[in-house]
Amino acid sequence: MRLYAAVAAGSFRRHATYRVATAAGVFTNTVFGFVLAFTFNALWDERPNLGGYDKPEALTYVWIGQALLATCGLMGGGGFAEELIERIKTGDVAVDLYRPADLQLWWLATDLGRAAFELAGRGIVPMAVGALAFDLALPGASGDLWRWPAFLGSVALGVVVGFAIWFLVSLSAFWLMDGAGVVQVAWLCGLFFSGMLLPLTVFPGALGEVARVLPWASMLQVPADVFLGKYTGWGLAKAYGFQAGWAVVLLAAGRVLQLAARRRVVVQGG
Amino acid sequence: MAEHAPGAPTAPGAPGTARATGVGGLAAFRIIAAMWIRSTMTYRFSFAMTLLANFVVTFFDFVVILLMFTHVEGLGGFGFAEVAFLYGTTSTAFGLADLALGQVSRIGRRVRDGTLDTLLVRPAPVLAQVAADRFALRRLGRVSQGLFVLVWSLVLLDLDWTVLKVCLVPLMVLSGAGIFGSVMVAGAAFQFWARDAAEVVNSFTYGGNTLLQYPPTIFARELVRGVTFVLPLAFVNWLPALYVLGRPYPVDLPESTAFLPPLVTAVCALAAGACWRAGLRSYRSTGS
Repeated sequence: MRLYAAVAAGSFRRHATYRVATAAGVFTNTVFGFVLAFTFNALWDERPNLGGYDKPEALTYVWIGQALLATCGLMGGGGFAEELIERIKTGDVAVDLYRPADLQLWWLATDLGRAAFELAGRGIVPMAVGALAFDLALPGASGDLWRWPAFLGSVALGVVVGFAIWFLVSLSAFWLMDGAGVVQVAWLCGLFFSGMLLPLTVFPGALGEVARVLPWASMLQVPADVFLGKYTGWGLAKAYGFQAGWAVVLLAAGRVLQLAARRRVVVQGG
Repeated sequence: MAEHAPGAPTAPGAPGTARATGVGGLAAFRIIAAMWIRSTMTYRFSFAMTLLANFVVTFFDFVVILLMFTHVEGLGGFGFAEVAFLYGTTSTAFGLADLALGQVSRIGRRVRDGTLDTLLVRPAPVLAQVAADRFALRRLGRVSQGLFVLVWSLVLLDLDWTVLKVCLVPLMVLSGAGIFGSVMVAGAAFQFWARDAAEVVNSFTYGGNTLLQYPPTIFARELVRGVTFVLPLAFVNWLPALYVLGRPYPVDLPESTAFLPPLVTAVCALAAGACWRAGLRSYRSTGS
């Protein structure tokens, strides 16, 4: 356990080293936040209360999305997927496999460290800029301050689900060698079914119903709804349960795939 | 990197003769791009997946607009066909620029790990080498999707077409590609100084593309002014497209500005070229 804590802390420090990259990410998130916020603004002008959100809530949703984009690995798995795929392709993964640490837990620890940094480094500033430029629905009254810790809990579960998905995607490289195609499909699903482009509550009919129970929903839609106070009491427990359920299922699937992959690796001597 | 990619054959053509005479920019681009296409085809399944994914990724982008229009009749006073027209023009332009020049955004990584030095000693223009590096044919997916939406919108639109308007459509797509391409090259030049800042460029290229998919009426006036006068992205499609659609532009400008895109493209390309040369001159290798 201490080993994995050290790995997570190391990963946090590693990402904190790239200050210029972080600043660049903050800038990009802010620009995209503005573009999306204006489109949502136009949409909610036409249809107030669309998807069960009023306008300040819809705009808050946009900026939560920008804050969680990097944190939950909605785009590209925060770099760890690319790194792991490269290691599988070059064969370096063989070294990882005979380390006295578990492959999945090792990468989970690095991803948790990364996510913690990205939430602090890339999440707070765009959110603050958004709050200055638009009228947002932030929990501020004394009665709803609990939503901040509740939100953090939900984000943590979302990060684990995001990791589990990207771990599965990465391991596919053992069979396909070039992971680019699967990465793109996963990236697309993450963007669309997490509610990044449009809240899942706005999706019509069956598409909406399906999208709301897929694992990607736990990476943005659920944390955002927790933040906006859509879940209270038992509902909040159920939302957590939904996220935790997907986390367990997907981590277990990753475990099975890892065992199968381990049997495929052939190390060439020399 | 190129040297380690399995299946990447060595560049065709005798290196000896190339070194003696040097290779022109376009010729170098063609040779390297052809090499990467052959290399990609080694993993056929993956290529098919990426091509499909590229088409679908960009299509899902458009699905968002479709979903919006299941709830509303218009966005900022623009109907579905008009928004689709804006979407189709900018996406096709962006797709073309991305196909030809998208790879230049990798320059920051090359500066960091020092592999740029390899390109400097080769007898071909560095920009052509960087642009053709890892040339990704799958990006055709985006172009075809943009064209698809553009044609769809042209079928739906009910306009009084004049010869001028008809000519303006392909003209704005090609000039738009030039403007986006200039932004990409200028952004790459910027990375000679700010090595890790590749993402900033994305906010102007991908962000600009997203911005231009929607009518200018929904954005704050200052933002519209900014992309008209400071970073002239509005010339990619807003100004010419609003002329074609017969709509007023929210910033007061004479109608003739709708025909400026080729000129704006030329100015942008010159500026981007100057940035690139300045960036390349200031490059100091990491050494080891």
